[in-house]
This record gives sequence, structure tokens and C-alpha cells, in this order.
Amino acid sequence: MIRAENVTVSRAGRKLIDQVSLTLEPGRFSVVIGPNGAGKSTLMKVLSGEMVPDSGHVSYYGADVAACKPVDLARRRAVLPQATQLAFPFSALEIARMGAVANGSLNPGEEARKALARVGLRGFESRPYPSMSGGEQQRVQFARALAQVPRAVVDGVPCALFLDEPTASLDLGHQISVLETARDFAAAGGMVLAILHDLNLAAEFADHLVVLNHGCVVAEGPCHDTVSDEMIASVYGIAGAVGRVPAAHVPYVLPQSRHR
Amino acid sequence: MMKALAMPFRNTGEGDRTSQGVLVIVLLVVLLIAACLLSLGVGPTGVGLRDLFAYLTGNGDSLTTQERVILEAVRLPRTALGLLVGAGLAVSGAMMQGLFRNPLADPGIVGVTSGAGLAAVLAIVLGGTVLAPVSMLLGNQFLPLMAFFGGLINTWMLYVIATRDGRTSTTALILCGIAIGALSGAFMGLLIVMADDRQLRDITFWSLGSLGGATYGRVLSILPFIVFVMAIIPFVARGLDALVLGDAAAFHMGVPVQRLKRIVIVAVAAACGSTVAVAGSIGFVGIVVPHLLRLAMGPSHRFLLPGSALGGGALLLIADAVARTVAAPAELPIGVITALFGAPVFLFLLIGRNGIGMRDLP
Repeated sequence: MIRAENVTVSRAGRKLIDQVSLTLEPGRFSVVIGPNGAGKSTLMKVLSGEMVPDSGHVSYYGADVAACKPVDLARRRAVLPQATQLAFPFSALEIARMGAVANGSLNPGEEARKALARVGLRGFESRPYPSMSGGEQQRVQFARALAQVPRAVVDGVPCALFLDEPTASLDLGHQISVLETARDFAAAGGMVLAILHDLNLAAEFADHLVVLNHGCVVAEGPCHDTVSDEMIASVYGIAGAVGRVPAAHVPYVLPQSRHR
Repeated sequence: MMKALAMPFRNTGEGDRTSQGVLVIVLLVVLLIAACLLSLGVGPTGVGLRDLFAYLTGNGDSLTTQERVILEAVRLPRTALGLLVGAGLAVSGAMMQGLFRNPLADPGIVGVTSGAGLAAVLAIVLGGTVLAPVSMLLGNQFLPLMAFFGGLINTWMLYVIATRDGRTSTTALILCGIAIGALSGAFMGLLIVMADDRQLRDITFWSLGSLGGATYGRVLSILPFIVFVMAIIPFVARGLDALVLGDAAAFHMGVPVQRLKRIVIVAVAAACGSTVAVAGSIGFVGIVVPHLLRLAMGPSHRFLLPGSALGGGALLLIADAVARTVAAPAELPIGVITALFGAPVFLFLLIGRNGIGMRDLP
């Protein structure tokens, strides 16, 4: 498991996250929600080993993340960033293959091809990344992450997927399918941590919901225990919104996973 | 034959440009050999292809003594120097573009060459006095080493100033480069005032750029730098590919980002500085060659870096052959020829069909 203990990060005199402790467990899909500036991305950076906290520490199965070599970490976890722009015309396949190479795959081309197929981009292999739409680019990046940790458990040790707003530029159908792929990864024994803004998607997919506000964890647990009118009111400033159907003349669409 | 060569790198299908890369590399090797023969053959005293082959295969009886002297004392060192300088310039350009994630980065445009030139001028003017002990100690390597450190200082300054959170915008890169280049130029101006006539002649040579003074000594003084840069290509290629996605993504994929960047900065300065020391500032090779190669083989550094070495060598030898012949018996500065090739490519990149320069990508 991946564990953060009493992690604090300060920048320019402000605490971005303050004494946060969080455990990612194998087989669990964890989702972080919270308003803008709550420290969600910072928390993910600390957990992925990208950012060294000012105090507290992060461990991967007992090993301090700061002492791990980047190469070894790369085989244990992959990170899907928010929108990535490129100045050079790499093809979709070449991007996905970078993930497979990071994994040390013996046949990175084939691994990358499989990953692209998993995100529904079969046939897009030779498309130059800069010419793809925002949503397609995001899925190529997801394929890269999948190619980096193609199996949820390696030699008995679970791997992790970190997804920073994986659904941000995707249409409804792809939002669902990306999160389903991530859920399959967790179901196969991996660890998943996703940052989401859509509370309905979060409630649909999260086994474990973490609510972050002003750099602190204000609520944590299964969705039905955490998503309440009180929490929504105190964190987002919207009153009485949970489970209430909009006015009769407002149509609403609540996308749902196909397998639940 | 090319198919056979490409076999171990067979494409795994659509979107994989591995065999395309291998094919282009093979073609570049052929082009480079042709450019070497051209460079050895043309000039005021032409040497025919057949005689050249005979000489190179160890059977030089068909050459007159004069032709043999010209080949051995003038053309061979000049060709070797052109090869090394062209390779160094193109690879330093390609590496710099990877480091800054920007196809417009070029050691000449962003002031790295100026830094190396300033250090070279410093070495010429102060080499007999203040820096005499260092000069004595390093001998042949004094000038290239000084130029290397000059280039290193400017590359490092540029990186620190123009890069925020691991990103370098085109605007910041070009403007910082101009400022740093101008500063180096100003110091060079100060030193020129202090220079005597003989030193002034040497300095003029740097500002124009030429392979004219090629000697075996110069070839040997630059050789270790270029060998070093070529030797690190396999160790930085994958990292530079990953770096295209950003510092964070490269780290996530297991690249030790800070170490990679330090190595690349040193390599850029070594390639650029040493070439400036022996041949002066020759612009645009570092931007034209990688740009054309990206169109031909894709942007992956696995092929782009070795391809740039081959293509840079070939381009410079061809440009030098042109510089020697178009206005014979006078010789054009080679920098004029490369700028004629290169400046339009730079403008094309800046305006670009996809407007890379204007959109100001990271």
C-alpha cells in the first residue's frame, strides 16, 4: 500500500496541504474531491513522489518514496497528468510506447498498441499527437499510463494509477469508459487514486472518497457516508443539493456505469 | 540491402517509425560519404573521383606530387574538420531543442555561440599575458576548453533565466538569448579594443566562421569533445523523448530529470564551444538539420540525434564545397552559405503551417 503520513507542503508562506494522512489500499478506487485550490493536485504530486513534502513522509510498501530511484518508482505507479501539449509531432503510438519503455517492456510497441486499444484508439496509432483533439490527447496519455503499468499486480506487489482529472476534456461516453478501465485496474488488485470534479462520477466509482478543503481532509470514507448536504454546504457553499431532482422543466442526465 | 539492414528494427505496424528511422540513417551515411568525396575532390585543383578512390585505397600513383600534397595537407584536415564541426553543431542544436522543448532553440540564435566566441577572444587576447600559465598547461586544448566554458556559462544562464517550472516559452527563450548574446558581444567589443593587430586578425576569423584554417592540430583539439558528445547520445535519447512531455511526466516515467538536464547542458556547450573554437560561429546548422530530419524520420531522439550528426557533417561539407567554388578563386565565408540555407527555414518554423512559434508552446 501507499501511505502518506502527516504530510505538509508550504509554498510562498501558504500551506497547500496541511498534516494530511492518506492510505491507498490495493483493490480500492480512491477519489479525491474538493473545490479549486483545496490541494488535490499537490496531494497527488506528493503521493506520486514528484514533490517532496516539507514535513511528513510517503512510503511505498514501507520504503520511503524519497529514497526510491525514479526508474523503480516508474514500474510501480503511473501518472495521468492534466492536459499535455507537445511541441514535436510524436505519433499516438510513440507517446504510448514511452510508457511501455518506462515499464521495461520487452516489446514496447506491442504493449503500446494494446494500451491504445484499451482506450478506444485502435486505428489512431500513426496520428500526430498535436493534431488530435483535446479528448483524444487525454486518452493517448491515459494509454501511456496504462502501458506503464499494464498489470495491476507485479510479482505480488500491487501497482498504482494516479489520475489527475482524467475526465476533464472527455465526452460522457469516454468519461465512463476511462473510469471503468481504472476500476478494472483496482478490481484486479491495483491501487487507483483519481481527482474528480464531477461528484456524480465520484459517487458512482469511488470505493473510498476523500474530501479535501483548504489543504485538510475534512471527510473520508465510503460515498454514502461522506456525500451529505452538510459536507456539500460546508465545502462548496451549495445548500441542500444531494439527491434533489432539478425543477420539472430542467432535463438532467446522470451518466452511469454499464456494470452496476 | 536496406530492407535487410532494417530487419532487426522491423516496424510493429502503423504509427511506428522505427524502420523509417533506420532507412533515413542509412541514406544519411551514403550522403555523408558522397559529401566527403565532394569535399576532397573540388577546389582550385580538382581531383577526379577515380584518382581519389585510388588514393584512398592506398594506391596513389596516379596523383601528381602536387595533388597529393594538396590532398594530405589541405583537403583531408579540412574535410575531417568540416565533418566534426557539422556533426557537433547539428547535435548540439537537436539536444538543445529537446532540452528546451522548443524547435526554435539553436546555439547560434540564443547566444551560446556568442558566449563561446567571447571566451575564445578572451583566450586570444589574454592568452599571452594573464592566462599564459593556463594556456601553457593546456596547449592545444586551451582554446576549445575556454570556448566550452564560455558556452556552458551562457547555456546555463539561459536555462536558469528563461525556464519557469521546467517550461521555456519561445518568447522568453529568444529574448533571453538575444540579451545574453548581446552582453557577450559587448564584452567582445571591449576586448577587441585591447587587441593588437595579429590578435585582431584571429578575432575577425571567429566572427565570420570558416573551415579555412584547418590543420590536423585543430582536428585533434576538437575530436575529444565531439567523441564525448556522440558517446552520450544513447544515454540521453530516451530521456529527451520523455522530457518532451514535460519535467513531471518524464520523472513519472523514471527519468532522473535534473541529472539528464545537467548532462545535456554540458554536452551542448562541449559541442558548440569546441566547434566555435576551431571554426568560428557558423549559424543555422543546428536548426536546419534537426528540423529537416524530424520531417523525414519523426521527432524521436533515438534517430534524430545520430541522424543530426551524420546530416550536420554532410551539410557542412557541402556548404564548404560551395563556399570554395562559387566565387573561385575567392572563398565565401561558410557562415554566409549556411545562413542562406538556414534563415528561411527558421522563418518558416516561426511562421509555420501550424504556427508553433506564434502559438508559443511550452
